[in-house]
Amino acid sequence: MLARRNLILEVRGLRKSFGGTEVLKGIDFTVEPQELVFIIGPSGAGKSTFLRCLNRLEEPTDGSIFVDGMDLLHPKNDINAMRRRIGMVFQAFNLYPHKTALGNVTLALRKVMGLANAQAEAIGYAALDRVGLKDKACAYPNELSGGQQQRVAIARAIALQPKIMLFDEPTSALDPELVGSVLAVMRDLQTSGMTMVVVSHEMRFAREAAHRVVFMEDGLVCDEGPPAKIFGPDANPRASKFLAGIAR
Amino acid sequence: MDNATLFIDTFFKPELIVRYLPDIMKGMVVTIEIAMLVVVAGISLGLALALVRSLRSRIVNAAIIIFVDVARALPPLVLVLIVYFGLPNVGILLPSYAVLWLVLSFLLAAFAEEIFWAGILSVRKGQWDAARSTGLTYSQALLHVILPQAVRLTVPPLTNRTIAITKNTALGTVIGVPEILNQATTAESFSFNATPLMMGAIAYLVLFVPVVITGRYIETRFIWRRV
Repeated sequence: MLARRNLILEVRGLRKSFGGTEVLKGIDFTVEPQELVFIIGPSGAGKSTFLRCLNRLEEPTDGSIFVDGMDLLHPKNDINAMRRRIGMVFQAFNLYPHKTALGNVTLALRKVMGLANAQAEAIGYAALDRVGLKDKACAYPNELSGGQQQRVAIARAIALQPKIMLFDEPTSALDPELVGSVLAVMRDLQTSGMTMVVVSHEMRFAREAAHRVVFMEDGLVCDEGPPAKIFGPDANPRASKFLAGIAR
Repeated sequence: MDNATLFIDTFFKPELIVRYLPDIMKGMVVTIEIAMLVVVAGISLGLALALVRSLRSRIVNAAIIIFVDVARALPPLVLVLIVYFGLPNVGILLPSYAVLWLVLSFLLAAFAEEIFWAGILSVRKGQWDAARSTGLTYSQALLHVILPQAVRLTVPPLTNRTIAITKNTALGTVIGVPEILNQATTAESFSFNATPLMMGAIAYLVLFVPVVITGRYIETRFIWRRV
């Protein structure tokens, strides 16, 4: 199968089973350059598993994934080289606690890209500046607030110049007053043309920033379209029901 | 003879202290040498085994687990005697201090492997996810992200275990390694007096009390600041 060159991400028939339980039941999904796609859906829908298949943190059971025209699942393709181009941000931040903010950002620059320390640090400072934390470069994760930790995690990903960024519930672990700072950084990334796939329950952000919203349920894409459609009267009834349920 | 004099004559007889001090000192040097070699070899081998185990090959891991469990279950003295009296029968003649070093190193390695492995397992899975998602290989993630955190968690139990194992250098006395206890019991049998044994005990205190105190300091200092 030939991948379409103008897509950053092309997923066909993606399936994933854990033991006898099928969590993803054949997902087709595409992302165009500079697109921000939101994935929403009830818990247990397979959103996080799907996202984790997109950089093979979970090994898909079946299907195909092309990232920027390269077959992610082909055994001959270097998964580590490809992962560098797929940034990922986690719900729990997952910063390295024994390294400073700068150390977190520069580790892969030095070890994966093989940059010299000075060069890696220059890029690291620039990435931290991008998320507004240049002055926290020497702070350890436990000295940072949750919002700051998540922004460092974003800096760690963008420093590698990814083609696409995956966000797995990036604000779910944050206190409400810290959510805004992380969303602001994501908004800034979007404005500068970063391609992003976001699993999140930040519906207002989805409404304002997303180009497309995908509603997943029970391991399948149930409905998708621009926010106006998914959040409007023309949405699939199940999506509308889900959205009505979480609206407070 | 009053009780105080009897006590002194039994445990702290001055002329015996002077006579046997050089022997006890020689024993201390031997004990220190073997203990250090055991620490280096045991911890290195333990770490190596834990790293191999993290590759999760079933057959290899089964072998590691059997080795570790057997080594941890056997009394050290049994191992020392088996190796010392058994190996010559298969044509391997090792000096007694080498036997002691080998046995204690393997023992420490067995315990250290378990401690390192527990440390590796206790690092949260998200750390692997984060490291691998930036393109680090398995070994790079292990070396730069997981191990530094695991080692911090392992320092307190490893310090305790290392002290416990290195004290077993005293077992060398039964196979004639001229370490502290061996020097002391030899002197005791020549002098018919417990003073050299008391000197040996003090020598152990001189060696190990600083280690125990250092261990306590390390323990408080290395309590991991959880994020």
